[in-house]
Amino acid sequence: MSSRRSRFTEDEINELILKLQVLLPDSSSRCKTRVSASKILKETCNYIKKLQKDVDGLSERLSELLASRDISVVDADLLASLLRH
Amino acid sequence: MMASSSISNPDTNSNSSPKMRKKIGHESETGILTADTERSRWRTEAEAKNYSIKLVKALRRIRRRDSSSSGSIHESADRVLAVSAKRRTRWSRAILTKRLRVRLNQINKKHKKAKVSSDNRLKKPVAKNKPPSLQRKVRSLGRLVPGCRSLSFPNLLEETTDYIEALKMQVQAMTLLTELLAGYDTLAGSSDHLGSDVVTTTSN
Repeated sequence: MSSRRSRFTEDEINELILKLQVLLPDSSSRCKTRVSASKILKETCNYIKKLQKDVDGLSERLSELLASRDISVVDADLLASLLRH
Repeated sequence: MMASSSISNPDTNSNSSPKMRKKIGHESETGILTADTERSRWRTEAEAKNYSIKLVKALRRIRRRDSSSSGSIHESADRVLAVSAKRRTRWSRAILTKRLRVRLNQINKKHKKAKVSSDNRLKKPVAKNKPPSLQRKVRSLGRLVPGCRSLSFPNLLEETTDYIEALKMQVQAMTLLTELLAGYDTLAGSSDHLGSDVVTTTSN
């Protein structure tokens, strides 16, 4: 770690980017080849957008399910099932 | 009103106070190693269970008319997620203060002050001789992760990895919750018929 122009060195940044790559969906097929940082960043953006959209869809589904009933009614059983899983 | 007393709250997407800047900077410097163990936290079953339970409790508290909008549920889910992060990350703090910042912006607009809100303060991330195409991607990434718009590149990467792990957990937990509720729906529908019908509906 010779040059510390900024708080993080070049190596540490590369390490972080690699860690990011591992999280992405098809990381297992990619770990052998070197992927450019640019590609990783782009895929990361897409992945985050996808995850956020998933949460959006799930929220909609939940709002439909909750609209038809009062969640406090199903509470106890629901919590029990959650704990069991 | 809460406005004046809350301005001194931890800032969200820009380093306004020097003290906070140093604190966050220090966290990040030692952060690479500690962040690893913290991030893997999102993948544990205990964390997912914890989240699910807290989410159910939070959903209970949403008023009936609000629960019909998926937006408030999404917001609730995000807030519970942010709380689970235990204030360790910037994105989680940004989510928790989102409502506050929105309200501050509204108040600022109303009073027509020339106050520059933290959102408008476009502090460029530390340029590290990156080509413009990469710079663009870094910026769009910064916009996606809450509260990380003007973060330095390394810090942004750290926040991103934690955010992604948290999001994955959130999707998992909410999916499970939806399935449980949907399954419960079929059960509840036949609850009039007691006993035998309940058995048949569970055999999916």
